[in-house]
Amino acid sequence: MAEPIIQIRNVTKRFGKVAAVDNVSLEIMAGEFFVLLGPSGCGKTTLLRMIAGFELPTEGEILIDGQDMAGIPPNKRPVNMVFQSYAVFPHMTVADNVAYGLKIAGVGRGEREERVREALQLVSLAGFEDRKPDQMSGGQRQRVALARSLVMKPKVLLLDEPLSALDAKLRAQMQFELSELQDHVGITFVTVTHDQDEALSMAGRIAVMNKGEVAQMATPSDLYEYPANRFVADFVGSVNLFEGKLTLDEPDRAAVDCAGLGKVYLNHGVTGPHGADVWIALRPEKIYLHVPGDGKAIRAAAQDAPDDHNLARGVIKGMSYLGDITLFEIQLDNGAKIRVSRPNLSRRDQEDFTWDDRVSMHWRADSPVVLLS
Amino acid sequence: MAQFHRQLFKRPPIAPLDYTRKAWMRLWVGATLLFLYAPLLVLMVFSFNDSKRNAVWKGFTFKYYEKAFANSSLVDAMVNSLTIALFATIVSVVLGALAGVLLWRFRFPFKSAVEGVMSLPIIVPEICLGVAMLIFFAKIDWPTGMPWPLNLSAITIAHITFCFPFVAMVVRSRMASFNREQEEAAKDLGASEWQTFRDILLPHMKPGLIAGALLAFTLSLDDFVITFFTSGPDTVTFPVKVYSMVRFSVTPEVNAASTILILLTIALTALALKVQGVKGIAETH
Repeated sequence: MAEPIIQIRNVTKRFGKVAAVDNVSLEIMAGEFFVLLGPSGCGKTTLLRMIAGFELPTEGEILIDGQDMAGIPPNKRPVNMVFQSYAVFPHMTVADNVAYGLKIAGVGRGEREERVREALQLVSLAGFEDRKPDQMSGGQRQRVALARSLVMKPKVLLLDEPLSALDAKLRAQMQFELSELQDHVGITFVTVTHDQDEALSMAGRIAVMNKGEVAQMATPSDLYEYPANRFVADFVGSVNLFEGKLTLDEPDRAAVDCAGLGKVYLNHGVTGPHGADVWIALRPEKIYLHVPGDGKAIRAAAQDAPDDHNLARGVIKGMSYLGDITLFEIQLDNGAKIRVSRPNLSRRDQEDFTWDDRVSMHWRADSPVVLLS
Repeated sequence: MAQFHRQLFKRPPIAPLDYTRKAWMRLWVGATLLFLYAPLLVLMVFSFNDSKRNAVWKGFTFKYYEKAFANSSLVDAMVNSLTIALFATIVSVVLGALAGVLLWRFRFPFKSAVEGVMSLPIIVPEICLGVAMLIFFAKIDWPTGMPWPLNLSAITIAHITFCFPFVAMVVRSRMASFNREQEEAAKDLGASEWQTFRDILLPHMKPGLIAGALLAFTLSLDDFVITFFTSGPDTVTFPVKVYSMVRFSVTPEVNAASTILILLTIALTALALKVQGVKGIAETH
């Protein structure tokens, strides 16, 4: 695990004057499930294609298993790719598709057939050998593409938006299957996606990319709970962002005065410059809703926050019932809007609040995240 | 009971887009087909007419087929035509495929100009092309009087000139439906440039190549104007020969020879459709 299998060092890719990838450095460990996450146009696919060899870096170097990949064409690299469109060869049967790479590599017929059989079994497509791609569903075609790459036993498997063309149910199922498969074969997976759910559920580590740069690289839970900047906080999950001034910053506590949200108290230091402009990020599910004046609940929820901190009041302006949770949009008394989600823990929970109700909100002293950029 | 019967066999009302069930549409289609094929049918029927003139039906006979086959200059012309068409097709398909791939795949300076120049032989009136070819071959002193089939080289070259742009166009439009990721996938799996072309690009191109070959073959086979300017007395092709025969009178012999040509074309087309499947050729565009 500790061995880096892919090293990307100061890689920049320019198309004309536009830098699609801007001075990116990162290391991907052997056996890792690594995800490049970002909005479209952030450079994640370009980075993946540079690892595969379909694009060449303008600057910087890419090492795979310690070997510099400069000047090595895609067909000579120890990586294989599953394409977004799957790119299954339509004029070949499933078995011929999977066998293609082995045939090119000059693997003998006996071993070839054996390995094709194994690979198809791995992706639960045993018995589909003689089918043509146009007789298969999208999900099955994707499995063919997977088997076609896995059969080559690459050091790294690259997946370009592998689940984007599947419907929601199948996508959820494939997320689990891909994780399991990766566990089973032990090959390093590098996946590109714009879907944060996909990234959070599958990845061991995620690099969030924005405008060609890596905005943050962390495990899924760190990314969600400790975002490093506003972009990550906003892109991964849903978040309320408020601008404020840092008024107190000690090793065990801090406070931020927000124009929109009021006074925010944290039970840990943030090591930011005093009086600096900062942003408070607060996830909707970390805000408790109460009927105004329910003092006991307030104190219980706010932990050791001083009396007038971590507390806001407003009116419910929007509601959407999603079954497991209900989303509220609340207009605070000072005009700002905030999103709150509330789990429906019992069947009648959704009846507790409705449009135009006055409510109070509280959050724990360890819930807000202070962002400096 | 009677009502039940009526209900059971009553056809559903004609839906707005149910054009094939509308009387006026059927009439129109019928008229179009009649207009297109009646002359051909008349020609074929009268090839069996037992009369020197083509006007009145006098009875059934095969004698004009015998006469056509016995007419050695007519048979020679037919053989010439088929030979020219065969070579012109082969060269056109290779050149056209290369040109089609070039235009589909690469970006280069003056690409649209190259594209325009390449399709010129399609646009330029045949008569101009014919005259140009005549002058060209005379100017460069293209050897004449060579032994068969080398004496057909000038006509064949002229035919390639106007056939290959058609192949290029068909191949290019076929390639437009190609998913470039397939090419990358092949390379990703270790295939070289040539292996990728052979295993992935060529199979995709195949319906286009067959359609292009058919086009080239038929265009070459029935070309008159350009051939007329590039053929000499010993290199008469079928259309040129028929033209010279018709100058005296349209005998059933010409009908018979034409019928054979039509049947040959139909057979070739049917063969190509069978080899490729109708779907493959229809997918070309």
